[in-house]
Amino acid sequence: MPAAAIVAEKLTKWFGQDGTRTYAVREVSFEANWGEMLYIVGPSGSGKTTLLSMISGILRPNSGSVNIGDRDLWSLSDDRIADFRLNTIGFVFQDYHLFPRLTTAENVAIPLILQKRSWSEALRAAARYLEVVGLADKADLPPTKLSGGEQQRVAIARAIVHQPKILVFDEPTASLDGETGRKIVSFVKTEILTAERCILIVTHDSRIFEYSNRIMSMEDGQISGFRQGEAV
Amino acid sequence: MKEILILAYKLLVNDKGKYTALLVGTTFSVFLIVQMTSSFAGILTKASATVINVGANIWVMDPGVNTVLNSIPMPDYVLDAVRSINGVKYAVPLYSGGALVKLHDGTYQPVMVVGLDDASLFGRPELLEGNIDDIFAENGFVVVKDEEFPKLKNPKLGTEFELNDHRGVIVGIAKVATGGLYGTPTLYTTYNRALQYIPSTRFTISYVLVEPKSNSDIAYIKQQVDRLGYLALTSGEFQDRISNYLKYQTGIGTNTLLMTVISFIVGLSISGQTFYTFILENLEHFGALKAIGAKGRELVYMILFQAAFTSLAGYGLGIGLSTLLITAAKLRLPEYASRLTYTNLGLAFLLVLIIASVSSYAGIRRVLKIEPFDIFRG
Repeated sequence: MPAAAIVAEKLTKWFGQDGTRTYAVREVSFEANWGEMLYIVGPSGSGKTTLLSMISGILRPNSGSVNIGDRDLWSLSDDRIADFRLNTIGFVFQDYHLFPRLTTAENVAIPLILQKRSWSEALRAAARYLEVVGLADKADLPPTKLSGGEQQRVAIARAIVHQPKILVFDEPTASLDGETGRKIVSFVKTEILTAERCILIVTHDSRIFEYSNRIMSMEDGQISGFRQGEAV
Repeated sequence: MKEILILAYKLLVNDKGKYTALLVGTTFSVFLIVQMTSSFAGILTKASATVINVGANIWVMDPGVNTVLNSIPMPDYVLDAVRSINGVKYAVPLYSGGALVKLHDGTYQPVMVVGLDDASLFGRPELLEGNIDDIFAENGFVVVKDEEFPKLKNPKLGTEFELNDHRGVIVGIAKVATGGLYGTPTLYTTYNRALQYIPSTRFTISYVLVEPKSNSDIAYIKQQVDRLGYLALTSGEFQDRISNYLKYQTGIGTNTLLMTVISFIVGLSISGQTFYTFILENLEHFGALKAIGAKGRELVYMILFQAAFTSLAGYGLGIGLSTLLITAAKLRLPEYASRLTYTNLGLAFLLVLIIASVSSYAGIRRVLKIEPFDIFRG
């Protein structure tokens, strides 16, 4: 396994036409390592989410490259990129994006369903991961019956159920109170982060900086600096 | 793929409000389409009742004839000419015409009189009561026990009536395959008695019924009849001619077509709008699936499955509802002209497929356009 989990080189993304072109991310290069929990911080509009989207195969950059493991992500076809996301990345969206018409267990099982595992196998695995996040007794409830913190944990279970190498969190504590936010991130740090996994977290929330290995700051679409996280 | 379709199924049916609205829309549309086309099919069948009931292979008639009822009498020589055509096994005359019957209680009732060839009684109905030979007895008539039968005050064997000041006696009660369209009871008698009882024009033969020696002779017979200046049609062709007349030369076909189109538009509007709303409301979920790793074509399969599932369920419910209504209506109103045919079912199925396709097309376009990045950034 290469030492660096993610190698981003000169990633650039702009929106709009030539005359009104706005740069969201400009020539950003960095590496993230296996076993590392890397925070991407910065003010609103600094390009954090855009950068995370390009790294996770959601948004095609205008230029630059992303290597994950030994694969050049953006050289792949659209279908292969979708496969890459499904098998390598686990997403925890800011708004969770849980399916209110499905049970909690079915929500967690979705990546496995998309991987074409059988429904029963996927639900068994989902039940195991709900146990990991401490929600084994909520498996049959719809997510709408859960608290914000519980919904966040369901989203985490969904992100890890297919055992991805890379986990990306977009503002994981934005909808949570301080205590619940810290609990969730602490749980991610101690239970989810392993030596074979890399976690990227986009956040504004300085209250959870204590769990980071490294913090990358962004301003105006560029990296303004790195610092060691408080967990180091 | 099965698992993804199960996911699509759960996303659809667990949204009970939308799913119910979709089902109701499609069911209602199918119900209206099937009702309209079944009624029309029933009317067409009843309009051809005499052709079906008499059961002759070939009917010779004046080219101006459009329906059984408006027969144009032909001269007697036509019968002889047809009999002399090679390939004709036998040919017999048939009288078909309307008359007014005076019942025992003094009331009058219009009837349709069918006069069968005296020698062969070709085309005679199946008797429920009485003996067919009694039709040769003085004043003998056979009455058809169909939905119009009560209009003759439920006659029994021996019941007497007057027909143009002639005495008539019921000597048989018969059943037929199909009741008539025009709401008049049917009396069968011999050809000669029909002519004797009912004032007629100089020409008397309504139709010549022909039995060919073999099916391969039909074309030649038709050709020879054409040379006589008349028209020979097989039973099926005659029924088609009657159907086409009603479809294209009366308002019935246009009205039915119009109502069917309106039903289709109503169904398309309700189902299409509801399904599109369903997709819009689930757009962020489709986007989330896309972000997680679902491919565009998998989302298309999901939407097509949802549209097809709803449409087929609605189709089944619509057909069931129509069948129930037609059956119930026929129990109360035996003369109710409605008939489910494979053509009706096929047409409704086709229109439902169009509804499903149009509904899903708009949804698919939206889902394929959504960018996972839009979901990711919230």
